[in-house]
Amino acid sequence: MTRHLFMQELRELNQNVIRMGSLLEKSINDVIVALEKLDASLATEIIKNDDAIDDLEHQIERECIAMIAKQQPLATDLRKVTSIMKIVTDVERIADHCADISEYIIVLTKQSNVIAPKNLKEMVNVMKSMVIETIDSFVEVDGAKANQVIAKDDIVDNYFASISNELTEIMQGNKEAIPACVSYLMIIKYLERMADHATNIAEWIEYIITGTMIEGN
Amino acid sequence: MENNVKFQVRDLDLYYGDFQALKKINMDIMKNQITAFIGPSGCGKSTFLKTINRMNDLIEGVRIDGTIHMDGVNIYKDIDVINLRSRVGMVFQQPNPFPMSIYDNVAYGPRIHGIKKKSQLDEIVEKSLRQAAIWEEVKDKLKKNAQAVSGGQQQRICIARTLAVGPEVILMDEPTSALDPISTLKIEDLAEELKDKYTIIIVTHNMQQASRISDKTAFFLHGEVVEYGETSQIFNNPKEQKTEDYITGRFG
Repeated sequence: MTRHLFMQELRELNQNVIRMGSLLEKSINDVIVALEKLDASLATEIIKNDDAIDDLEHQIERECIAMIAKQQPLATDLRKVTSIMKIVTDVERIADHCADISEYIIVLTKQSNVIAPKNLKEMVNVMKSMVIETIDSFVEVDGAKANQVIAKDDIVDNYFASISNELTEIMQGNKEAIPACVSYLMIIKYLERMADHATNIAEWIEYIITGTMIEGN
Repeated sequence: MENNVKFQVRDLDLYYGDFQALKKINMDIMKNQITAFIGPSGCGKSTFLKTINRMNDLIEGVRIDGTIHMDGVNIYKDIDVINLRSRVGMVFQQPNPFPMSIYDNVAYGPRIHGIKKKSQLDEIVEKSLRQAAIWEEVKDKLKKNAQAVSGGQQQRICIARTLAVGPEVILMDEPTSALDPISTLKIEDLAEELKDKYTIIIVTHNMQQASRISDKTAFFLHGEVVEYGETSQIFNNPKEQKTEDYITGRFG
């Protein structure tokens, strides 16, 4: 087989994306626990860990640019290298939103009248499954799994709408609860955005596999 | 759509004796486009290029079946070779200017076709050298031997010589493989400019060159066209695994 160096570089690039995915998975698991328990110290840790994901994003971007400059990838290789450059941006955004949610978790621990919205846990779980399946579909080069993720985005959007309504109703009935409800409103917006970014990643994985670009959200 | 087809190739087979070098080639080559032929050495791409202006006819033992129509006319039956070659010019891998002045190189074809008047020849020479993007570099040394200028300039003089007989089609057989990167890009820019007036077919081993300048790309392997399509599709998302393996450089 020819192009040993390039194939080695592609393998390493793939490994780094998977490493970034593992770090993201940990942040998401932590943020779910911190959100449920309103754990300020875990939230602080998530914010700190975000730097590692940022660093990895920049490293992967530099590797992609170097490969384009030195190896002139074409066909599947081209789709893979360019898509990875897009994918890591979305991975980094999802991780950013873990940190953003963590900031609000810390705020919530200092607020009174804190009542978690009813379907928050379900919304979190669907978003989490989307991110996990996205990472799996990248690792396994599984287009069907990527399409499952894309299909789930509407579920998260629906949760966002219903939980917004629920929070509005709480605020209308209880002025004291408004600050905490605003925090939750921000949190569900971030959760909804995280699902959008997972969908973007799934669309790029689909592009790597089929060469077809899906009109995204 | 049909009117935009310059060459219609149907079931073309070519044999060198017992060896079949081209197998059932079917292809429509479009007017005013650049079509690139890519593929490993010995895949048949240059052989196919040469069938388009019948340069294989001279080789002993060559047999050709199938048809090539240019503007609806069968080039193996209904047109004589001299006429065909004045309409379908060719530029080769090694610049091959004749051992004579730059002026005489470019005027060679028109003179053969009977043009004797100096003012008319002057006009053709200047126009052809301008079209080949070399006029400014050689206008003060038209009497200089064409073999005494740089390789890149020689190749553009050869292109001017091709243009001087007023062809409709320019065949280029690896026209830049002997040139440095700057000369290569000049030839590529030139091809891009010329395609408004001419139909250009280029054989190249340089994949980046095919992807940079061509509208359509055909991938040849073992005498067959494995895939033929829009260049952006071929290089971004080829349909055939063999094309993918070739353009991504995976062999063995």
